[in-house]
Amino acid sequence: MLLLLLVLGPMLAGLLAWLSPRARTRHAVLVGTAAAHTAATAFLWRRPGLTALDGWLAVDALGLMVLSVVSLLFLAVAGYAVGFLRLDRPRGGSLFVSCLLAFLAAATLVALAHHLALVWVGMEATTLALAPLVFHRRDRRSLEAVWKYLVLSSVGIALALLGTFFLASAQVEGRPLVLEDLLQHAGTLQPGLLRGAFLFLLVGYGTKMGLAPLHAWKPDTYGEAPSLVGGLMAGALTSCAFLGLARIVEIMAAAGQASFMRPPLLVLGIVSLVVSAAFIIGQSDFKRLLAYSSVEHMGLLVLALAIGGAGSYGAVLHLINNGLTKGVMFLAIGNLVLFYRTSEAAAIRGVFRRAPWTGVLLLGGLFAVTGSPPFGMFLSELAILSAALRGGFRWLAVLIMVLLAVIFVGMARLILEALHGDPPDGEPAPESFPLLGGPFALAAVVLLLGLYLPLPLRALLAQAARALGGSAP
Amino acid sequence: MQPAHDLLLLLVVLTNFWVLGTTRLSATIRATALQGALLALLPVALYPGLSLHILGLAAGTFAVKAVLLPLLLSRAIREAAVRREIEPVIGFAPSLLLGAAAVALAFSIAPRLPLPELRSQLLVPVSLSTVVIGLLILTTRSKALIQVVGYLILENGIFVFGLSQVERVPFLVEVGVLLDIFVGVFIMGIVVFHINREFDSLDSARLTELRD
Repeated sequence: MLLLLLVLGPMLAGLLAWLSPRARTRHAVLVGTAAAHTAATAFLWRRPGLTALDGWLAVDALGLMVLSVVSLLFLAVAGYAVGFLRLDRPRGGSLFVSCLLAFLAAATLVALAHHLALVWVGMEATTLALAPLVFHRRDRRSLEAVWKYLVLSSVGIALALLGTFFLASAQVEGRPLVLEDLLQHAGTLQPGLLRGAFLFLLVGYGTKMGLAPLHAWKPDTYGEAPSLVGGLMAGALTSCAFLGLARIVEIMAAAGQASFMRPPLLVLGIVSLVVSAAFIIGQSDFKRLLAYSSVEHMGLLVLALAIGGAGSYGAVLHLINNGLTKGVMFLAIGNLVLFYRTSEAAAIRGVFRRAPWTGVLLLGGLFAVTGSPPFGMFLSELAILSAALRGGFRWLAVLIMVLLAVIFVGMARLILEALHGDPPDGEPAPESFPLLGGPFALAAVVLLLGLYLPLPLRALLAQAARALGGSAP
Repeated sequence: MQPAHDLLLLLVVLTNFWVLGTTRLSATIRATALQGALLALLPVALYPGLSLHILGLAAGTFAVKAVLLPLLLSRAIREAAVRREIEPVIGFAPSLLLGAAAVALAFSIAPRLPLPELRSQLLVPVSLSTVVIGLLILTTRSKALIQVVGYLILENGIFVFGLSQVERVPFLVEVGVLLDIFVGVFIMGIVVFHINREFDSLDSARLTELRD
């Protein structure tokens, strides 16, 4: 019942927001729904194993991780949206809030679905829900961005559906496409069709994750979408897409096909890291910088899956850190875009003087997103690297470290230049609580995750890692 | 004498080549409408029991793929006032050759994918070749509208594959119809948001302002 409510609640709230004529009501609905969603998600931590709809919806460790990331990030974004909509009025204001809530419903469906066709439906719905938000400025550039976003993601979605069909036809026993039954009878899956299913799902959901070379939509979309939408895409949408991929990885691992998965995952991961490093060096736009940073972290995630063992543990931990850290970065950059009216790095100077709180946030975010201690990403990247060393991937560990160093230099140069210097003339920036509360809360969580992993979280991480065919370190 | 479903599947492949080889947008749309009608007949031919499920699937497919989407597409052509020939990135003869290669490849791969309870040996190769030809059109044509047609063909290929599972997995093929929403959104994008007005033409190759 609760699970159904988690999916349907945001959807109904979205409808309500669409019908309500006043902006204040819409904002109240948005923040209220986000808070209720987070509370319900927290409740699920105490009640694992809840199911609904004949096992089509269920809570497991991996899904709960994704749901928690989505929920926390959405809460921060919802609070931020109130401040954002006060300063920047996109056309079709009621649609803006409704699309955000529809996205929350769809992402929740992906996180809870244990029927792989339902996972797919949720992924399609997330894609559609965010499309109008990319196009909110209605000019030539955002039109180009939304066209690329729609064409590439829908081809990805279509191929993922073909993969789902392959998986259905590989199955001989059990209820069709229900995750538990697939895992239980993994040994009887027809191997040729299962491999085909894996490849199509990898390309399909990999496009949604934005793995290079399937990432072409990402910089344009993140560059043109409002920052808070970019944050939802980089933190929540990619996590959902990763979950879609993780489901087939679970099945492949259970069917003893781990060695078949490794080469394609390694190739996509390495290409993603190399491409992101190449484009982060010499980047001149903050939002596009973050898009390539997202490509980088998605690459790390699939590399961690390829390494296996304790790498799977690192992957799930990294998923959490990435989702929350992306929220910090996108919202901080969003503030800069609000204050300076551009995301071009050359035009943004003197952030510390003009908007000191945002400056602090940005500096912290820089260290968090590049995996420096004491932030959470340091721990998860360390877990992935040590798993690589122990798993006989020494060359890979070295390569990752070199590329991460390059990315750090590229990002630090751009952000540090913007923090210092003389701000262009203008009023002091109108930093307000809604614009700062959400990102600071996320930053605090990321910092805590770097200092201390609570026991229930560690237990869940280990459970998720085992489901992916790996182990706890 | 070939059974009816094999004949239909072969006609699906022929419509693919019609789209690959034609230069007029209106002919392209007629070909996709025909393909949609063929797809609507397929479930009836494959599962002759005439159950309510199969009939509903056929009727729904016909309404969406053979009537609704082609109508929307031709309306988009009218609104955007493009009837001219399509300017492919690669010529028509090479793209026909590539299409033929795709069909050959699909027929050579298909025997390695043993599907349970397969009604027709042609189902898998026709599906895979249609998917590849759809991708080919999507990537080698520059007009936004013909890319939509390419996506529609890709999706039709997936639909054909799903037909093999209609009786084993309920609602799976029906879920695929959700993909049609995308096509609708694309066309709406062209009509409502006036890609042509913003860009002077329906040429997605001119969507090149965003780059690094």
